[in-house]
Amino acid sequence: MNLSDRELRVKPINNGTVIDHIESGQALNVLKILGISGHTRSVVSVLMNVPSGAMGGKDVVKVEDRELEPEEVDTIALIAPRATINIIRNFEVVEKFRVAMPGTVVGVIKCGNPNCISNSNEPVSSRFSVEATDPVLLRCSYCEFVLDKNIADHLL
Amino acid sequence: MIFERRHIISTKDFSREEIDFILDRAGRLEPYARRGGLDLLKGHIVASLFFEPSTRTKLSFDTAVKRLGGTTIGFDSLESSSVVKGETLSDTIKIIESYADAIIIRHPREGAARMASEISGVPVINAGDGAGHHPTQTLLDLYTMRKECKKPIGDLNIAIVGDLRYGRTVHSLAYALSLYKASLSFVSPDQLRMPESIINYLKKHGVELLETPSIDDVLKDADVLYMTRIQKERFPDPSEYLKVAGSYRITAETLENVKNDMIIMHPLPRVNEIDPSVDSTIHARYFQQAFYGVPIRMAVLSLVMGKEA
Repeated sequence: MNLSDRELRVKPINNGTVIDHIESGQALNVLKILGISGHTRSVVSVLMNVPSGAMGGKDVVKVEDRELEPEEVDTIALIAPRATINIIRNFEVVEKFRVAMPGTVVGVIKCGNPNCISNSNEPVSSRFSVEATDPVLLRCSYCEFVLDKNIADHLL
Repeated sequence: MIFERRHIISTKDFSREEIDFILDRAGRLEPYARRGGLDLLKGHIVASLFFEPSTRTKLSFDTAVKRLGGTTIGFDSLESSSVVKGETLSDTIKIIESYADAIIIRHPREGAARMASEISGVPVINAGDGAGHHPTQTLLDLYTMRKECKKPIGDLNIAIVGDLRYGRTVHSLAYALSLYKASLSFVSPDQLRMPESIINYLKKHGVELLETPSIDDVLKDADVLYMTRIQKERFPDPSEYLKVAGSYRITAETLENVKNDMIIMHPLPRVNEIDPSVDSTIHARYFQQAFYGVPIRMAVLSLVMGKEA
């Protein structure tokens, strides 16, 4: 399959953000992290299991008329460390960057310890420090619970 | 070294130098822990918020405040706090910080003290958060070893016995002892072994380590025998509990071949892991250890409140 075949599926966007090279199967989790739900007004295209030379298969998310900031997208690195962000203006890629693993992750992941204070009725967001990136190891800033597998299952 | 306005949440927040600094100060305050006579905290109020009961820890903190000339406010159970009316811990802390100069907190949830410290403008001292940390217990354990053993902590052979899986105190203690590079032996039944993450941490930091299910393997060489309680509820089968608990029980006879200057410690309360016949031996230090909680807490309180001795 070549590029033009893929473009037949979803046409290039005029303005917005294309998140490419997402691990196969993680596109919906990427939307979750970005807070994109059924209430979002932007046109959002989701491609799953697109054949890709380097990755075998990948997912792609296109968000129209919205330019995502690095801080917004970095958390994606937790589940899709190889993702690239393309900012599109007038059908041209004006900016391209890789997601960078943040030092802390706030309000995105639920602590796996049910007795953690962040899982109570207290008005606090969950907070994890990223202690290792490959593979990912997160430590809860409150109870020190370690999360190092099935991170997507713990998305809030 | 600056401790003023600092929160005391986890032993992991401290370097070895900082721990030594606290122990030194406790040493200077120890004479006053028995007879009082200090007014470092005169005119100061310390709130002690015990969302679950712990008689020993609470009384020890209360004594420390009073020996320093301060006064305490607070409660000693969930029932007497406003939590029963549905108030969050966050709100409780916001209110109490406007009443008191420091807050001591004991809470059943892990991370509660850390969260309180993010809200409070006055220093927060963790007196136990669920299965999490209890830093002043670790400090008083270290202080006991320093005072009661004839060798520096780093040269000691320390055997920790009992429930190493769920025991809150032993996790913090093992971590702190790794700062001193003491040799550690962990004695526990298989189902209550020290968590893998802690073992890995200790190995990575070059700690000499022995794990065994048999207390007989460690008795002869130990300088410190740190006993802990094995709780009945950890065992689905009561007969299994009796068997395991029985094998980790020490009596005066058990101690026949130990080193002369070996000391026995226990965070207390004990159930039957240490027979009362041990109390009168030259090895027993657990009651002394409980007393050392007072000078340690005096040291911590006066430091975070910026009161020099």
